[in-house]
Amino acid sequence: MNWPAVRAIYGFEMARFWRTALQSIVAPVLSTSLYFVVFGAAIGGRVTDIGGVPYGAFIVPGLIMLALLTQSIANASFGIYFPRFAGTIYEILSAPVSPLEVVLGYVGAAASKSILIGLIILATAALFVPLRIEHPVWMIAFLLLTAVTFSLFGFLIGLWADGFERLQLVPLLIVTPLTFLGGSFYAIDMLPPFWRTLSLVNPVVYLISGFRWSFFGTADVGVGISLAMVLLFLALCLGAVTWIFRTGYRLKS
Amino acid sequence: MQPIVSIANLSKVYASGLAALSDVNLEIRRGEIFALLGPNGAGKTTLISIVCGIVTPSGGRILVDGHDIARDYRAARKAIGLVPQELTTDAFETVWATTSFSRGLFGLKPDPAHIERVLRDLSLWDKRDSRIMTLSGGMKRRVLIAKALAHEPRILFLDEPTAGVDVALRQDMWRLVRGLRDQGVTIILTTHYIDEAEEMADRVGVIRKGRIILVEEKAELMRKLGRKQLTLQLQSPLVQVPPALSGHRLELAAGGGELVYTYDTRGEPTGITALLTDLAAAGIAFSDLRTSQSSLEEIFVDLVREDA
Repeated sequence: MNWPAVRAIYGFEMARFWRTALQSIVAPVLSTSLYFVVFGAAIGGRVTDIGGVPYGAFIVPGLIMLALLTQSIANASFGIYFPRFAGTIYEILSAPVSPLEVVLGYVGAAASKSILIGLIILATAALFVPLRIEHPVWMIAFLLLTAVTFSLFGFLIGLWADGFERLQLVPLLIVTPLTFLGGSFYAIDMLPPFWRTLSLVNPVVYLISGFRWSFFGTADVGVGISLAMVLLFLALCLGAVTWIFRTGYRLKS
Repeated sequence: MQPIVSIANLSKVYASGLAALSDVNLEIRRGEIFALLGPNGAGKTTLISIVCGIVTPSGGRILVDGHDIARDYRAARKAIGLVPQELTTDAFETVWATTSFSRGLFGLKPDPAHIERVLRDLSLWDKRDSRIMTLSGGMKRRVLIAKALAHEPRILFLDEPTAGVDVALRQDMWRLVRGLRDQGVTIILTTHYIDEAEEMADRVGVIRKGRIILVEEKAELMRKLGRKQLTLQLQSPLVQVPPALSGHRLELAAGGGELVYTYDTRGEPTGITALLTDLAAAGIAFSDLRTSQSSLEEIFVDLVREDA
């Protein structure tokens, strides 16, 4: 293993994160606070509690997941797309690094950033609502797994994209709707039967449900299923990344 | 001695169907400066990119310092430093950070003393904390060289190092390249400037349409370059070179209307004075004269011409 290379890529990416700290930390914290004000205060005034959890607290795991997904994808996709766009990828391609080391560097950094943001949002939320975390180990596990999985997914998007527009396409048109419809702000059983059934094909439902279970012990679907779904998606992303590096798709001509 | 880079039967056909390289065979000697000369689109960059691992070859085999670039890519790539043709830099990084990054990427532990030496050699030390985007084009070129030297490579590829570079930087670059050669680094540079090959190279290879059509010692090419011809237009044509002039390297041309004398410009004497004296003594009058030189440029143009 070429650990100095992993460290170099990881360090490079984290430096970019701190350099743009205002954008990378303050923006998600601000938007999450706005969600609290709008959803927590406005809706929370009418919906007192869901399954025994006060509405303000109920939405916290969903909001963290929302940030985790969008930040993981945005950081990882930009991280690998930009060198391809600027041409600096030549150095990575000509360096004595294996695909695994490249992925560890880029995905590791993207996941670190989104976990950091997730924790900052959790801390911010704790200022607004009383929180309890029933299964902290599982909470960390879901946080880690989701961050890694969606950073891998973002890395794939960054490899696939051939323009800045495409880079935004998947996050805007697929991930954001899935996240909003994934039960960030409501329990799935509050939906009419048709939509409830449809929700079960939305992978984000399983993430939010499992994550929320680690907080309050209540879930839309079984926590085992949630975990299995995350691991399945992780395996799919790993497979796709392996295939890309093996074939050189979009990386080498 | 075993060549440091050995390329055998290398071919590359791009997905578009373009055959960029066809059956290239080339050996680079340890410690030499090799200039790969060729017009735009001849395959110079493709060749370099394949050796460095950026482009996948369609066929053939490459050994770098004895290591197969596909099977033993780590060892092969560690030996190589690449300065690309385009000024592709991380605009927001500082000179120091980007150079240190390159060293790490190639698997080496940080060595601030080495990075400092490289930056000083390239007159970049004062700019070490500057962001790359604030630097001029020539400075960015230096940064790319610094990055390529950060991991102490034994082979340095310079792809069109002086394209769009001013005279001062060009001189600096040549000095640097010679210094590296003196330290034992093998240097392979591509160029379409003939004078650059003349100035720098120990050997010259010419590539055209994806094929290596000539590899020769520069001294040998220079010998050809040194050959010059004096053509005398005679007032009355000759049937044969008069015996009185047989001591000179003379040939008849243009149906006996011209007398052509071939000589070496570096010869002392060139023999021109003696020839002219002998011509006067033999009573041969001429109406006009001209000299011509087969420059490396002419050789090169001949070689790469479409119908050549």
